[in-house]
Amino acid sequence: MLDLLDEIERWLTEGHRVALARVIDVQGSSPRDPGAAMAVCETGEVRGSVAGGCVEGALVSEALKVLETGAARLCTFGYSDDEAFAVGLTCGGTIKIFLELVS
Amino acid sequence: MQGVLAAAYDCLRRDEAFAFATIIAMRDNAAAHAVPVGSKILVKADGSAIGDLGSPELNAAAATRLLHALNESRGGLWHCGVDGEAQRDDLTIYIDAFTRRPRMIIFGAVDFTRALVRVAKTLGYHVSVCDARGAFATAERFPEADDVIVDWPHRFLRGLTPRLGPSDAVCVLTHDEKFDIPALVEVLRTDAGYIGAMGSRRTNEKRRARLEAEGVGADQIDRLMAPIGIDIGARSPEETAIAICAEIIATRSATPVPSLRDSSGPIHRVAGHEDGDLTQCRVEDDDSSNAR
Repeated sequence: MLDLLDEIERWLTEGHRVALARVIDVQGSSPRDPGAAMAVCETGEVRGSVAGGCVEGALVSEALKVLETGAARLCTFGYSDDEAFAVGLTCGGTIKIFLELVS
Repeated sequence: MQGVLAAAYDCLRRDEAFAFATIIAMRDNAAAHAVPVGSKILVKADGSAIGDLGSPELNAAAATRLLHALNESRGGLWHCGVDGEAQRDDLTIYIDAFTRRPRMIIFGAVDFTRALVRVAKTLGYHVSVCDARGAFATAERFPEADDVIVDWPHRFLRGLTPRLGPSDAVCVLTHDEKFDIPALVEVLRTDAGYIGAMGSRRTNEKRRARLEAEGVGADQIDRLMAPIGIDIGARSPEETAIAICAEIIATRSATPVPSLRDSSGPIHRVAGHEDGDLTQCRVEDDDSSNAR
């Protein structure tokens, strides 16, 4: 998390908008525990991770929506999702992620 | 960065424990709540708080929860009413808890130390290297270490604050009784979660006897992981560092692993020999060798 905040601070100092995503709940098998975090800069740069790499791509587009609207959002990724085949966790678990704009 | 995240950043940089709560969802009936989703409050170990979740009652209830999370170093989801009432789910709040970084103290400024410093840093430890010999304990030899201290290990331990706790690890790599024994007597008085010492099986037998003679109880001596590391046939300093850190992780997670301490036979095997040939490739269990 310290590495992430170092980077977030740098992006903000450069005048960029930044979104922070945090795993807040995990059901079943999942690579990372709650608390795992990922930061997305409006330039498209990404730091950190919330899973094993399987949902990070989809999460970037969610983060870009947060950057656009400024509104926080909750996302769920997993097999129970309609989009399971697109962005599901290959390990079969479900993770809930909270995304917010950092100011 | 502003507000609670700035305070969190400050705590992380100063290696101070803290916990913070974020409102992540509100039911429609809480839409009139004074603050929006994303609002936060942070509490430090001394009880001081920064931030606002929208009502004094909720802030007080959150502070109590956060102190508990901080002590347990465990966050999670919390459902409550808009004033922190239990058995309501108007608000969903996520709690993050951060403890200070775990410490690893390595005694002995040897080649194995440098490799161990690197692996321990990868795992997020604050790493201190301590050796009484100024010629060996230099920042140039251990550039990745957080600090390199020239002192007698037992004296360094006595002055250490805060005291070592269950998430901390101590590795004694000195290979020298006059440093090892006083250091281990002192380390075994702490609550360090992992205590390991390098040396051959024969060195370890002698070490146990010396510790007993120093008045250390058998139950305390049994905390000692020696020979240090798990049995993966490690040979180089880097491989040995992995074997040690694997044992530290297994100790923390209470997972059974083939620790060298719990096995018998040679610590180092000659490559290419099958198990049946072990007796032939037993290395000289001699203190002058660098056997673990």
